[in-house]
Amino acid sequence: MSVVNAKIGAKQSLLQKSINAVLLLILAGLLFPVFKWAIIDAQWAGTDRCTGDGACWVFIKLRLMTFMFGFYETEELWRPSLVLALWAIAIATLFRSTYSRGLKILPAVIVLLPLLSWGLLDGRWFGLPHVETTRWGGLLLSLMITLMGLSLAFPLGLLLALGRMSDLPLIKAGSVAFVELWRGVPLIAVLFMSSVMLPLVLPPGTELDKLIRVLVGVALFTSAYLAEVIRAGLRGVPSGQAEAAAALGLMGWQRLFLVVLPQALRSVIPSLVNSFISLFKDTSLVMIVGMFDLLGTVQQANTDPYWLGYSTEGYLFAGLVYWAMCFTLSRFSMKLEQAR
Amino acid sequence: MNKSPAKKWLIQGLFFLVLVAVFAFAGHNVSMQLKVRGISSGFDFLQNQAGFGIAFHLIPYSETSSLGRVFLVGAVNTLFVSIISIVFASVIGLIIALFRMSPLPVLRAIGATYVETLRNIPLLLQFFVWYFAVLRQLPMPLESWRIGKSIYLNIRGLYLPFPEDAAAVWMVIAALIVGLTLGHVARALARGQRVRSGRTPLWNWVPFTLPLLFPVLALLYLRSRVTFTVPYLEGFNYSGGAQIIPELIAAIAALSLYTASFIAEIIRGAVGAVSKHQTEAALALGLKPRQVLVQIIFPQAMGHILPPLTSQYLNLIKNSSLAAAIAFPELVLLFAGTSLNVSGQAVEIMMMTLGFYLVVSLCLSALINLYQARVLRYERR
Repeated sequence: MSVVNAKIGAKQSLLQKSINAVLLLILAGLLFPVFKWAIIDAQWAGTDRCTGDGACWVFIKLRLMTFMFGFYETEELWRPSLVLALWAIAIATLFRSTYSRGLKILPAVIVLLPLLSWGLLDGRWFGLPHVETTRWGGLLLSLMITLMGLSLAFPLGLLLALGRMSDLPLIKAGSVAFVELWRGVPLIAVLFMSSVMLPLVLPPGTELDKLIRVLVGVALFTSAYLAEVIRAGLRGVPSGQAEAAAALGLMGWQRLFLVVLPQALRSVIPSLVNSFISLFKDTSLVMIVGMFDLLGTVQQANTDPYWLGYSTEGYLFAGLVYWAMCFTLSRFSMKLEQAR
Repeated sequence: MNKSPAKKWLIQGLFFLVLVAVFAFAGHNVSMQLKVRGISSGFDFLQNQAGFGIAFHLIPYSETSSLGRVFLVGAVNTLFVSIISIVFASVIGLIIALFRMSPLPVLRAIGATYVETLRNIPLLLQFFVWYFAVLRQLPMPLESWRIGKSIYLNIRGLYLPFPEDAAAVWMVIAALIVGLTLGHVARALARGQRVRSGRTPLWNWVPFTLPLLFPVLALLYLRSRVTFTVPYLEGFNYSGGAQIIPELIAAIAALSLYTASFIAEIIRGAVGAVSKHQTEAALALGLKPRQVLVQIIFPQAMGHILPPLTSQYLNLIKNSSLAAAIAFPELVLLFAGTSLNVSGQAVEIMMMTLGFYLVVSLCLSALINLYQARVLRYERR
């Protein structure tokens, strides 16, 4: 059995080497038509439907802006670009600064940046032309839902994790029930619920933007998963740390915020990156409640009657974007894990 | 480190008051809103006539059935697609894991590519690829692909021969279950005898034949009743037999291939976690490589596999709700979608839908915990 041989590090036999070569040839033969379709025969230039047998990348090229920013006003595109740049700078600063400084910047980032992004994209707070949330879309919307959802979910998740570790039975039971409820149900049902039920639990006459409803659903759902991630970190901090802090005369909240929590959060950074990846993939579900994120815009383009028949190219493009981001991030998370 | 009892009660009392206030506020608003919209609360709406058709149902259903029936149809469809996908995902996951652990670099590369591609692409996109890109390439009914003697595949789905007499099929399945149970008991007996006498009993192979023997006997006994209706071309489409709609095929393909990438990693990680000295020692004792894999590596890996595997199965069941996006009639689409639009009973319907997933999750976790307690009995501590 090959697995057994591999486990004890046995050398490859001549037979194995030849099987390997044959398999390689078969694989190359199978992959060549794909390569021919996607690269050799593909049509890259032009502004109209393609004629050849190959892939029609013109379709992607013409709609690239929609896939990236949705239906955002073209003259105002500097705003979403600025927002994305701000997030990139903030996240880069967080990861580049020392851990204790990063911990001080973090609250500012997760409170101010979502508000600033919303203000810039919406425009009204800064006296800029108003762009309705229905026009935000594409990769921008996917990233905004992920980043804002995580920012909202993180404080709640932290509270839930602390609640679940609490020695007060009522608070513990409440946290456990909340976390297990959201972890036991699918995100689609949560999104349906937030778009149907949220208007019901508010006083009559309150209007809630659809994006806000989605964000609330995403934040509640994600907070339950973040709570479990943070709880794992809290459990990993040796109890001696809190005891030593208590012996030094630190108060309860000082023990928590100055000694236990910093150590716990540091150990869960890789898991937090993984939570980001899975939420980013899951944001594709918002198209089911009628929003146009990256997958939503691609799907809409695919059903354009004039451009029928290019759905493979559309899905390939969307898949490539999602894959590139998730794969890079997962490698990054693995590196963080090993660096510990 | 402990707070004084008075403080404890104060904090919990406040927490409780806040909870009550939030629920009272929400409840009050809901009742106001429902009054405004003229919707009466309660579960009476489940008796109302549904009035819409469902493309795929395993239990009897028609447009005149009740909304409660719609819930059942959705629940059964969700469980059906989940169970089939769980079986496929486990098998494919195991194969990919073996690929990734293979001594052949090509196979390892295929396994790694499979895992890194599928798990880094949103599942919804995979549903779309299967449904809108792959299955749409299938031929029209008149040019159907024929598989074997009477299985047909075309753009409308997969057409299979189907047993006519349901009772006979259930009897064969019952025979299989009896055979499995008796086989299990007999294997335990054989094992007991082997442990006591230190020698493998002569009838050691018998237990393994029982699960096959019973259904075969049942088939022979019922041979006149087990007949199949075969799909045949009628006009521009196939009639007879069973039709598996493309939505179901796409859902099973997307769910099982996606989940398989996670299962493969779980299995690989668990096998990797078994110390290689175990393998070396077993080989030194003269065990054959197959025995080493089945009797030494897998039993020890099982303890590392089960907990994450359970959560993958639970994820799969929850993810089956994505099939709503390709219009496969599962619970979320039928109940939280169509039925909600028909009746407007948002609160009750959402509670029932979420409740279903919660109950299924809790039941599956409980089952696996029971099984794990049994498996871990043998593990060295």
